[in-house]
Amino acid sequence: MSEDIFQGYKGRALELLKKYNVHVWDNAEIESTRGHFSGKVLPRAENTDDKHIVIKLITGYNVGIDIETVTGMTSTRVPQPVFKIPEKQFPYTKGLPHVKLLGTGGTIASRLDYRTGAVIPAFSPGELYGAVPELADICNLDTEKIFAVFSENMGPKQYIALAKKIGEEIEKGIEGIVIGHGTDTLHHTGAALSFMCQNLPVPVVLVGSQRSSDRPSSDAALNLMHAMTAAGHGNIAEVLVCMFGPTSDEYGFLHKGTRVRKMHSSYRSTFRTIGDTPVATVTRKGVFPIKEDYHPRRKDRNVKIIPTFDDRVTMLYYYTGMKPDILDAIVDNGYKGVVWVGTGLGHINKEMYPAVERAKAAGVHQYMTLQTIWGYVDMFVYDTGRDMMAKGIIPAGNMLPEVAFIKLGWALGQTDDPEEVKRLMLTPINDEITPREPYNGYLVYQGGVPEVEDFIRNVHK
Amino acid sequence: MKSKDPQQNYELTKKAIGYVDRKDATQADYDRIGFMSGLEVHQQLATKEKLFCRCPAGIYQKEDEFDAELLRHMRPTLSELGEYDGTALMEFKTRKNIVYRISNKTACTYDVDDTPPFPINEEALHLALEIALVSKLNIVGEVHITRKQYLDGSIPTGFQRTAILGIEGEIPLKNKKIRIIQLSVEEDSCREVSDIGHTRIYRTDRLGMPLIETVTYPDMTNPDEVMEACNYIRFLNRSTGKVRIGIGAGREDVNVSCKGGTRIEIKGVAHTKWIPELTHVECFRQWALLAIREKLTSRCKKQDWKMSYTELDPKAFNFYYTPITQAIKRKEKLYAVNLPSFGELLSHFTQPGKAFYDEFIHRLKVIACIERPNMVSSEDLEDVVSQNVFQKVQALLKAGENDAQIIFWAAEEDVKTALDVIEERALMTFDGVPNETRKSFVDGTTIFERVLPGADRMYPDTDSAPIPLDNSLIERLRQNIPDEVAERYNQLNEWKVPEDCYHYLFTHNYFPHIRAIVENIGLCPKFTAIFFGHKLKHLHGKFKTIPFDIHRIYDMFAYLKQENIDLAIADKILNQLFKHPKMDFESILNILKFKKMKKEEIISRIKFIEEKFHPQRNDTNDIDKKNSIMGQLRSISIGNINLSELANHI
Repeated sequence: MSEDIFQGYKGRALELLKKYNVHVWDNAEIESTRGHFSGKVLPRAENTDDKHIVIKLITGYNVGIDIETVTGMTSTRVPQPVFKIPEKQFPYTKGLPHVKLLGTGGTIASRLDYRTGAVIPAFSPGELYGAVPELADICNLDTEKIFAVFSENMGPKQYIALAKKIGEEIEKGIEGIVIGHGTDTLHHTGAALSFMCQNLPVPVVLVGSQRSSDRPSSDAALNLMHAMTAAGHGNIAEVLVCMFGPTSDEYGFLHKGTRVRKMHSSYRSTFRTIGDTPVATVTRKGVFPIKEDYHPRRKDRNVKIIPTFDDRVTMLYYYTGMKPDILDAIVDNGYKGVVWVGTGLGHINKEMYPAVERAKAAGVHQYMTLQTIWGYVDMFVYDTGRDMMAKGIIPAGNMLPEVAFIKLGWALGQTDDPEEVKRLMLTPINDEITPREPYNGYLVYQGGVPEVEDFIRNVHK
Repeated sequence: MKSKDPQQNYELTKKAIGYVDRKDATQADYDRIGFMSGLEVHQQLATKEKLFCRCPAGIYQKEDEFDAELLRHMRPTLSELGEYDGTALMEFKTRKNIVYRISNKTACTYDVDDTPPFPINEEALHLALEIALVSKLNIVGEVHITRKQYLDGSIPTGFQRTAILGIEGEIPLKNKKIRIIQLSVEEDSCREVSDIGHTRIYRTDRLGMPLIETVTYPDMTNPDEVMEACNYIRFLNRSTGKVRIGIGAGREDVNVSCKGGTRIEIKGVAHTKWIPELTHVECFRQWALLAIREKLTSRCKKQDWKMSYTELDPKAFNFYYTPITQAIKRKEKLYAVNLPSFGELLSHFTQPGKAFYDEFIHRLKVIACIERPNMVSSEDLEDVVSQNVFQKVQALLKAGENDAQIIFWAAEEDVKTALDVIEERALMTFDGVPNETRKSFVDGTTIFERVLPGADRMYPDTDSAPIPLDNSLIERLRQNIPDEVAERYNQLNEWKVPEDCYHYLFTHNYFPHIRAIVENIGLCPKFTAIFFGHKLKHLHGKFKTIPFDIHRIYDMFAYLKQENIDLAIADKILNQLFKHPKMDFESILNILKFKKMKKEEIISRIKFIEEKFHPQRNDTNDIDKKNSIMGQLRSISIGNINLSELANHI
């Protein structure tokens, strides 16, 4: 009961509201030693102090009142406002492809409840149409909310559910699938679905936004339009991540789910293909392939869904002076797979060796990936590398650490046999290991030199 | 078909609504049309860094001086009721490409919305709080950062981060009190480089600089009061000595309405002295729009009104008007629109030199992105297209007696929006004064600038935590604050300082210097204030800038006092300071060939000179004699003896 009428208030602030019988959403008149304030009492955000009451002034601004200064309060009760995103019938257009949008809880389209600060996600086709009417020019849309979790809470269970759902939709004849997803672990899901959904006849496009859609400069609407275009009209039938190319509103990239990584905490253009070029660019006009050897769209429905995952897999990011007891503890706790993230070409210190051997003896599968992100593991260059391989660590080529982690979980979900696991790990499904690194696969330019500055000045960043 | 000549109609309607020039307007005129005005006074704070990032503040780049460009579009977001503002959406559909020019020195990834905000600049917060305290506002207990949406692209996020620090106060004008709604601290916006067709370019140097905004209630009932209130608030801000001065550092948005009108925001008025004419003209513009509404609604109901249009075949007409012939060359489309019942309304007076059709022109420019000149009408004050053309158009559109016509030209992709814009503005005529922000011109007129954002443009900033303001902080800040401007006004009055000094003294915040000289050196307050308000002002104007540290004036008077030199020489020293800003006073006195002499010695010379006085004419009298003696002693006297004292001795 008290939670309803005093939302979020605790301690002394709560006592004060009770004392004057003032509820959240009331229109309050507050006398204080700093003068008179009047406005609507708002809920108090969690994890804030118990020393202030928040009100919304008539001008729309929020302010906090220090409870120490309050000398009196009166209020008028008003019902709690209800906010809802309006729904407009998503129009059906003959001749446009059918695309299914699967929701995982990311807020690809949403609006902020301006009174509480809470985000109301827009998700149904009607709501999305209300927010991004241009979508109706791209495809016929159907949506389904699979679960509502934040990106960081996505995990094996969700990957499996998504993979099965994709299989069902393809069997039913859908022409493209878009998955709305928080951006933090978008590339983990991209990898998981690449392994779980093989031989796709239609595109499966993962999309998110770096700026929520309640702001005018959001990338959400354009990302969504790009994703729908790629799913409905594109010819690349793979698991793709669709996000901004440059930070400018110009074009999106389609990245392979197995080679993509989030590279900046907040930039719009945060997703980059590592060790290769993106598969294609995408604008509202269509998909423009960069790579020629993609898997094209097919009429058949012969998708292969392998929804397995053993979550007794972990990653170990090597640091100098790392102690072997870490690995021992992992083995003792029953983990079956370890993806090492080693230095340089793929190294860890000698002190770890006995623990590595013990882990191998305990049947733990160990693979080596790189902290450098770019490049190949090469354990033949130095003796130490050869030592490690002898002790049971298998080099994973230029597979990205997170991708190797996902793949090991997926492989161990199918078999325990070391040779079979190794075969699964080292046989690329969609370029998670590439036979070669093209010259333009590693481009991390540094500012300050004239040629780079010229480029930045002349091309929209 | 036209019954009246447009020019004649313009003059008649101007008279009919009772327009008077400002110089002839009385309070009765303003009361008749219900003049009401409020202010939003913006003032940049003199901080080292920007408000929400650690970029330096106050460093400006030239228009073509940038390291990178990036491009964004601003998308309208849903309002509280889940609706889009129609015009905002229309503007979005025309797709304005917003380009930001970034200089590495002055902008970072926060400025272009690729990094969340850093904690608020404490220096700025404290300065703003000091000004809130000077303004005697009720200070909030906890600062909540709010997002205020802007769709014009002037801020790359699409919203301005702003926060209320204090509410509810009042300022005293000569004859009344003006209430203050609130004072907020907020980030400044980008500076516009250009806005041509579908591309608007901004510079990001000013973006994010801290400023305060003081908002008044619409308590001002005539243009002069608006200026007086504005000056008061600006002086008050400057009295803290912690705000930026110079072009663009202080800007006002002026809200005006007339009886039955709408609150119209005149944006970014850079000079206070423009305010009276702007508010006067705007109030009458609204009054004229209401008169136009009356005429239109008496002819036709809004729900029955329907415009018609047709594309014109350029070959079927003989156009000589250059903008049209050029548009035809550019392969643009030519359209004629019939506005039923708008006869004699398009040429209706709205502002001096501007008629009602002007309202269409600027909306076509801003919303449909069609550069001006973009249209002609059947009622243009200057005939640029022959009446034969319009007769032909009227026949094509089957126009009636009371209708008016517009011909516009646009690229094919902009035609739809242009037609929507014309229809929308025509329909708004039935409602009176549309909500909009307007851009000001020196002559006091304004043009349509932007559609006013909807009411629900305030959102809590989920990227920032609330900032508590406890009593100890408030008390600490209170110690820094200067006395109120009102008290300073009163003080200057008591000292009998002439009023023509006030503006200069407050604008440059010289009051504290004057007071220090009076209190510490013991100079006459009136003399000191006039020294700043007349003599310094005169030289400041002549040299355009003050090249020396202003504290040297205090030092100069202290030096003169200490050396027991008469103050009359201060004018000459001040002159030299403008030429030799760093020179010490002794050297300046050398330049002035000043020699220290005892009073008695000068006085003793009087007799000697008097004896040598041989008049060349016969009609000389004692006054001539006195003047002659004064003249000869003047140069050695200045600085050594007060000249009136010398005169007495003579």
